Amino acid sequence: MTHKRVLSLTLNGKNRQDLVPDNMLLVEYLREVTGNTGTKQGCDGGECGACTVLIDGEPHLSCITLAATVEGRKIETIESLAVNGRMSALQRAFHEKLGTQCGYCTPGMIMASEALLRTEKKPSKDTIRTALGGNICRCTGYVKIIEAVETAAEEVAS
Amino acid sequence: MTEVLPEFRVVRPATAQEAAAAHRDNEGARYLAGGTDLIPNVRRGIGDPDLLIDLGGIADLKKIEVGANGARIGAGVTLAHLAKNAQIAAAYPAVITAAKSIAGPGHRAAGTVGGNVCLDTRCVFYNQSQWWRESNNFCLKYKGDTCHVAPKSTYCHAAYSGDLAPVLLVMGAQVEVTGPEGSRTIALPDLYGEDGQNYLALKRGEFVTAVLLPKDVLPTVYEKMRVRGAIDFPLAGVAVALRRDGDKIGDLKVAVTGTNSRPFIVEGIEELVGGPLSDEVLDKIGDLVQKQVSPMRTTLVAPFGRRRIAAALARRQASALFAG
Ligand SMILES: Cc1cc2nc3c(=O)[nH]c(=O)nc-3n(C[C@H](O)[C@H](O)[C@H](O)COP(=O)(O)OP(=O)(O)OC[C@H]3O[C@@H](n4cnc5c(N)ncnc54)[C@H](O)[C@@H]3O)c2cc1C
Ligand code: SF4
Ligand code: FES
Ligand code: FES
Repeated sequence: MTHKRVLSLTLNGKNRQDLVPDNMLLVEYLREVTGNTGTKQGCDGGECGACTVLIDGEPHLSCITLAATVEGRKIETIESLAVNGRMSALQRAFHEKLGTQCGYCTPGMIMASEALLRTEKKPSKDTIRTALGGNICRCTGYVKIIEAVETAAEEVAS
Repeated sequence: MTEVLPEFRVVRPATAQEAAAAHRDNEGARYLAGGTDLIPNVRRGIGDPDLLIDLGGIADLKKIEVGANGARIGAGVTLAHLAKNAQIAAAYPAVITAAKSIAGPGHRAAGTVGGNVCLDTRCVFYNQSQWWRESNNFCLKYKGDTCHVAPKSTYCHAAYSGDLAPVLLVMGAQVEVTGPEGSRTIALPDLYGEDGQNYLALKRGEFVTAVLLPKDVLPTVYEKMRVRGAIDFPLAGVAVALRRDGDKIGDLKVAVTGTNSRPFIVEGIEELVGGPLSDEVLDKIGDLVQKQVSPMRTTLVAPFGRRRIAAALARRQASALFAG
């Protein structure tokens, strides 16, 4: 029998407690236990960044993080960004600047960008590239993604 | 519900001694730090642990102390925190260069100094899915009986590819190792062995609790060559430490990662100390590196190329440091 534990954490601002097996990945917990399917799984572990979520404000790969190791921590997923149905500045910029095509990498791209914009108000192109270095996109060619992040940063600043 | 990982238990001890005792008492136990190396491997059917000992609950492992006698970097310090530490940046800037060159932001937020120093060795025949390795009858490093890189070999040639180690080596670092009975300090080169399967010289139960750096280190630089600039392991990574005395080499050390089953200090370099840094001396540095690296067909880039890359990086950095 798989050993289980009660996991307590804050997910998108709400405290939760769930019974989870020790061998459950954070991405499985988010998608299958909590129903937050915005977080995507794009590779067989640690290579693509699609599963990026914030843990205590830092970007982490939920596909190689065990749910059992995030006890008591603050998790934020793509679902947390829109407020009352209105998209955040980053989400709007990805939409308007065509930073998203098939959309599969987008939740990870946006969460990695969100982590960046919380610490850097006006990041340079190079800083944005470094911050998104672990996120792979097979559609956009990245140029539009960088533009989207710059646009969002400007909007937040003004 | 899909189950990606095999069954195991996770424990989170509060002290290093408890962690070491749990490891000693369970043959199927593995230490889990950031998990950015371990979990991808376990996902691919490598290791099949019954118990993961999560080191994240040991407060003492997360401290960085810089004082009169040097620095103590806890094994649990994340690469992201290390890269932001102003005291380390001031006294040991090459450590920051190396930390920032590791993987991507998501890996650095989770990945630790201890996990990087103890990183599993890598090979194109090993870092593959279960079905891939199985269809190839596995290999000597795990579950198989032949090394596909060197079929006559009795040991594994997988490459150690951590980026911090070469910098720590030229700086003369030591590691604090803790076991169920207490701690001991060893020189960093003594942590490693030239065998891709048993690359760490740790006894059952023991683990690395801190990296210790001496107070004074030589001016040091680190550079790695990789396939993808944004995020990749080193095909070869070279740290050079050099002090210039007038127009002579006052001191010089070179260490390499990514080419052998252990990171190592290049031998014979000390004989060049006291002389100038002429073209002939640069050729000698390149020759010593080329002779001592032993890249095998463990990456998609040919060994020949990695050998030349290592030599070129050493020459280039030595010239740059000498020029100041
Ligand atoms: C896509 C990708 C790219 C990467 N690129 C790089 C790169 O460019 N350079 C690089 O160096 N690494 C790279 N890595 C590997 C990894 O992210 C880092 O090396 C990281 O520092 C590992 O630390 P961790 O805490 O996550 O280790 P873990 O995965 O937790 O552990 C790694 C190994 O060390 C053991 N271990 C952990 N802590 C200790 C300890 N204190 N004492 C003894 N044993 C211990 C574990 O049992 C395991 O065998 C990459 C990984 C991925 C997935
Ligand atoms: S070097 Fe040989 S034994 Fe080692 S991982 Fe590669 S194929 Fe396997
Ligand atoms: S799904 Fe996590 S990195 Fe690819
Ligand atoms: S939009 Fe399709 S992968 Fe990025």
